[in-house]
Amino acid sequence: MSERRLMTGNEAAARGAWEAGLAFASAYPGTPSTEILENLAEYKSDLYAEWAPNEKTAMEAAIGASMAGVRSLAALKHGGVNVAADPLFTFAYTGVNGGMVLVSADDPGLHSSQNEQDNRHYAEAAKVLMLEPSDSAETLEYMKLGFELSERFDTPVMLRMTTRICHSKSIVTLGERTPAPHKIYERNIRKFVATPANARAMRAKLTERLEQELSYANAEAVRVGVNRIERASEPGEGERIGVVSAGAAYQYARDVFGGRASYLKLGLTWPMPIDLIREFAEEVDKLYIVEELDAFMETRIKAAGIDCVGKERIPVWDELNTDIVRFAVFGERAETLNSDMKAVPRPPTLCAGCPHRGLFWGLSKRKNVLVSGDIGCYTLGSAPPLSSMDSCFCMGGSIGAGHGAAKAFKESGQDARVAAVIGDSTFFHSGVTGLMNAVFNGSNIVTVILDNRITAMTGQQQNPGSGFTLTGEAAPEVDIPELCKAVGIREDRIRVIDPLDLNAVNKALDEALADDAASVIVTRRPCVLKRFSERDLLEFGEPRGVCVVDEEKCTRCKLCVKTGCPAIYGGGDTVFINENMCTGCGVCEQVCPFDAISLKE
Amino acid sequence: MKKDSVTAILLVGVGGQGTILASKILSEGLVSAGFDVKMSEIHGMSQRGGSVSTQIRYGSKVNAPIVGRGEADIIIAFEKMEALRWLEYLKPGGKMIVNDFEIPSAPILTGEAIYPEGILEELSAKADVTVLRAAEIAEGLGNARTMNIVLLGAAAKAVSSASVALGNVEWDAILRKNMKPAFLDVNRKAFAAGFGA
Repeated sequence: MSERRLMTGNEAAARGAWEAGLAFASAYPGTPSTEILENLAEYKSDLYAEWAPNEKTAMEAAIGASMAGVRSLAALKHGGVNVAADPLFTFAYTGVNGGMVLVSADDPGLHSSQNEQDNRHYAEAAKVLMLEPSDSAETLEYMKLGFELSERFDTPVMLRMTTRICHSKSIVTLGERTPAPHKIYERNIRKFVATPANARAMRAKLTERLEQELSYANAEAVRVGVNRIERASEPGEGERIGVVSAGAAYQYARDVFGGRASYLKLGLTWPMPIDLIREFAEEVDKLYIVEELDAFMETRIKAAGIDCVGKERIPVWDELNTDIVRFAVFGERAETLNSDMKAVPRPPTLCAGCPHRGLFWGLSKRKNVLVSGDIGCYTLGSAPPLSSMDSCFCMGGSIGAGHGAAKAFKESGQDARVAAVIGDSTFFHSGVTGLMNAVFNGSNIVTVILDNRITAMTGQQQNPGSGFTLTGEAAPEVDIPELCKAVGIREDRIRVIDPLDLNAVNKALDEALADDAASVIVTRRPCVLKRFSERDLLEFGEPRGVCVVDEEKCTRCKLCVKTGCPAIYGGGDTVFINENMCTGCGVCEQVCPFDAISLKE
Repeated sequence: MKKDSVTAILLVGVGGQGTILASKILSEGLVSAGFDVKMSEIHGMSQRGGSVSTQIRYGSKVNAPIVGRGEADIIIAFEKMEALRWLEYLKPGGKMIVNDFEIPSAPILTGEAIYPEGILEELSAKADVTVLRAAEIAEGLGNARTMNIVLLGAAAKAVSSASVALGNVEWDAILRKNMKPAFLDVNRKAFAAGFGA
């Protein structure tokens, strides 16, 4: 009997790609897609998998691998697809050689994202086939199907997942790996060189291809069960109810409508099988469209003249769940136990010992400095009590937006400076182009690169500066100061400091802000959660002891509490440090004006 | 409206407390007993000391992987204030296992808010609550980090009484699969202590 295993959607995606004979995978980490590549790395004896510096690079690498004749994959979070959209749109024109699947992992409910976007629109806009699994078993199955369809229709295929699919475990039946035969690469200028003349021909072919895909979605996809009608098991008397749904929303719909409704469960959602939907609609008296986020299916179903109920009931944003769908459709809520006693909010915080704390402490004391933020753990520097960040838009955006703000301050005569804060991985991702712009166009932005030697927010992934690859091999490290120098930052304007040394932080900020020119501060200190490499141990040493408060000297001024360290308890009449959490970073020790905190080895 | 063949369990706590590992082991036990199981967890930013939950639903056939308000048959709270936060998810008549353990959140640490007093009394007045001092039990075993496994043991005990199949789960084999050999022994003891508590 084949093995059944409990797997997350991300594990199942990796497993499905491996079973399908995948040869090449690339990604940039991003919640909720990160673990797909981490799991593919487990199959490294059979395939090649890598972290790319950003999603566009990952997508391009997967395109190249496909062109060269192997099955390839890129796995990105929703915002990452924005970054990779440029190559995607043209790759849809050229088509593939080896099959190519792009995983788009959306995050309804913004569990760990800066926006909530519905990437199903990409399938329509880029004109690529889209599959949407509703649990782990389907993720595995659709991944394999995705490669087949990619080669059959000569198109990249988008496998659209959501946080709840990526991070939920359900039972999967494992199969064996079928190595896909490598196709032989031959030069084909008219297929792969997208000049206007070639691309016009590709565009015409694309239209034909979409027609073929549509007829597959309406007919063959039903025969293979990817698009399927599940008729009511307990139809009862009265109105016949039909539900069209896909992805996680289908599971909620199932729990809410139960056996009295019939379902059209769509696994292949683009091109949208409108004939099949019409056929299904004719079987029922009332049709509900249950979908998460935008009215993607509903808009097209209504445009086809099919009467249905959708977003006038079901919320158009936030993650759905059974409660929300039940209340939206039937106005019913479960009975609950309630208390007048309220739990205090528990927002995420920078960890105890986080090297970013020293820098943000320094920044929090500055006036007239706009702190342009970026995506990473350090975005938590915006949270109280540090509250020392003004903005955060997108990966790598801190320097770009900061440059514009710095120019605008000058143009409009506002007496303010700009500091951009950006992590090492984010700097490699797309910050370095912003720095080039700042130098090229002469702004006086202070760029702080928070080099914690790892991609931390997504859970400790390697990057081009960390010295290792996804699969653990040693790799050359990007030399950040040299890179900044090459971009055009003068050598004496590049300051490498230890962010846990508050004097060094303040000195670097003072000097950089006194100087009317673009400069860089590199705060070099590993993430407190990082497993130190031998080199890290040599450079940064073993962890120190813990900090303790001398109750005699402590005046309860609670300045240390204002560092926002979760190991320091300052709520009552005493201040104490939780020894189980403290890493001895020493920020509180330096902040204390009364020498009341000391390090205990 | 809903068939009652699905049982829902919530494990709630604070990022870093080990709720995910405990949920994983518990889910594997449920699978070994022949149930359809879905488990949902959220990684990412909330792990940085934020409020976290893992949700498990099991039965003959499970659709949604997440537990709705008023739907959890069992809640295992790794931290006391989190038990209060998730109370509305407990089904009236459901069971709550609460670790008598406090982790102050950021607004409490900075003095903006006060850790609520009398949580256990309040919860006990509303629901069937079992209080566990998992931190003390774990420290007694010589490893404070096994607190999550003590709570796992209590959770396993709570589900074991639900069906015969669950009474026969080989928890020890599942523990062995999920633990580094060096920590297996202490975790076994932790599990047993929680199971017997």
